[in-house]
Amino acid sequence: MSRHRGLLAGILGKQPIGTAFVTPYVVFLAVIFAYPLGFAVYMSFHDYFFTAPGAIVDRPWVGLANYATVLSDPAVRRSFVNVGIFLVINVPLTVILSLVLAYALNSAIRWRTFFRVSYYVPYVAASVAVVGVWLFLFNSNGLVNSVLGPLAPDPSWLVNSKLAMPTVALYVTWKQLGFFILLYLAALQNVSKDLYEAASMDGAGRLKSFWNVTVPGVRPATTLVVLLATVTGANLFTEPYLLTGGGGPDGHSASPVLIMYQKGIEQGNPDVGSAIGVLLVIGVLLLALVERRFVGREDR
Amino acid sequence: MRKSPLRFVLLLVGAFIFLFPFYYMLIGSLQAEPDPSVGGAFPDPSNLTGHNYVEINAAIHLGKSLLNSGIFTGGVILGTLVFGVLTGYALARLQFRGRGAVFNLMLLVQVVPFQLLTIPLYVMIVRSYGLADSYLGMIAPFAINSTAVFVFRQYFLQLPQELFDAARIDGANELNILWRVAIPLVKPALLTGVLLTFIGPWNEFLWPFLITKQQDLQPLAVSLSNYLTTVSARAANPFGAVLAGACVLAAPAVGLFIAFQRRFISSSLESGVKG
Repeated sequence: MSRHRGLLAGILGKQPIGTAFVTPYVVFLAVIFAYPLGFAVYMSFHDYFFTAPGAIVDRPWVGLANYATVLSDPAVRRSFVNVGIFLVINVPLTVILSLVLAYALNSAIRWRTFFRVSYYVPYVAASVAVVGVWLFLFNSNGLVNSVLGPLAPDPSWLVNSKLAMPTVALYVTWKQLGFFILLYLAALQNVSKDLYEAASMDGAGRLKSFWNVTVPGVRPATTLVVLLATVTGANLFTEPYLLTGGGGPDGHSASPVLIMYQKGIEQGNPDVGSAIGVLLVIGVLLLALVERRFVGREDR
Repeated sequence: MRKSPLRFVLLLVGAFIFLFPFYYMLIGSLQAEPDPSVGGAFPDPSNLTGHNYVEINAAIHLGKSLLNSGIFTGGVILGTLVFGVLTGYALARLQFRGRGAVFNLMLLVQVVPFQLLTIPLYVMIVRSYGLADSYLGMIAPFAINSTAVFVFRQYFLQLPQELFDAARIDGANELNILWRVAIPLVKPALLTGVLLTFIGPWNEFLWPFLITKQQDLQPLAVSLSNYLTTVSARAANPFGAVLAGACVLAAPAVGLFIAFQRRFISSSLESGVKG
């Protein structure tokens, strides 16, 4: 009997009831992640269009035709350039600001809780809500331009083809910063105090010890911040949709996800939309690999 | 550490940049006439009114929208609590075949960009299953929050093994152990999980926007954005009404966060990097 149990435990584990506990979650992942992921790839290689439910239609294999359509479309190419501009502004700014602010917050400073709360509030609030204020602030006769007076850009921020995307990038940096500050605050707990003492014994100033102790000490967190900021940037939709009236001016702030929505659902070409999605994910994966090489190199 | 007034001033300037838009949101929502000049940032009692709230309420039925946001959020929280706790407990405390695979799957899901799935999910849920304009269709893609599952697992992992050994020797079954031993010990942590889960669906825009065309089923984020993109051009004080709606949308999440900020911050610190 007991040997029998031992054998069974070897196959099923000691508490096979665990399988029952995780089944709903596994089913959820299969239905909501795995299947749609495969379905997206399938659609991108077929001529897929919307039909009435239950209708049996032919969905011919078209190879790379959807990808060719996507890559030859200037609007799609523009959206990938736009997300590039976004990332070039957003990712470095996020890393620098969140690390510096977390470093400043990590010391025994008055009102520490107040500061933490105030930096985190934009992250908690809905983007749709906060977009409303930004529209009000960055309007051509909004508060920001009233303060700037003659320095205000013309045409104004969100309708300016050169400034629209950078303004969106600034918005998202501001909105998400609190989350990344918390990540760095956690990482700073793991940097050994001895290293700071050793650095100050060696006569290193505050700036020098920040650069030589803090920055390398939080490198794993930096890798994570860069990766998460990149993924967030690649998922950009709400902000160009609402801040710049659907990617204006003239598509200069349209994101790939926005174009994917327009082509895939508004214009009824889910196959083309899926191809954009697949390209976007491949792009993000490649970018993540490159970033890991540069940011995470001292891990290994 | 040395006292540093410069650092304090810098943090204060930063906090101002982070909080000012929220202050301005509130002031703007109460102004009868929009005033974008610098003076407009200071409330003028003669220009203050609650009219914008009345206007946005007439345009998008705040009560119904809030109820929809509540049902959407509540459904996600319920699914995450019931199935997430079971999964987290099993991953932390039970030896069974496939545990490692489920754990890796959970980590993998965190890096799949949800937006890639939007189109296939739209085709499946709206076209194939006919769940457009339904709460079920709205909730389904978010029904179990993987981040929360991960956090639950971390909490169950911290409990001492002896408790479980003792309960098993006493012959308790696993569901009983979970319910009578494990959950009572991590109850405060579960609240954190609920708070973490709350923000997602409450603020989610793209998915409910795609699948709800009927206004009386739209969560507040969706109806407010529709107002922003279509109706606002015709309103008397469009920004005032938008900002009033924005205040109503932001208030519950921000309020919960401020009330429980200690929990939010410590949980993010614990689960963020140490993993």
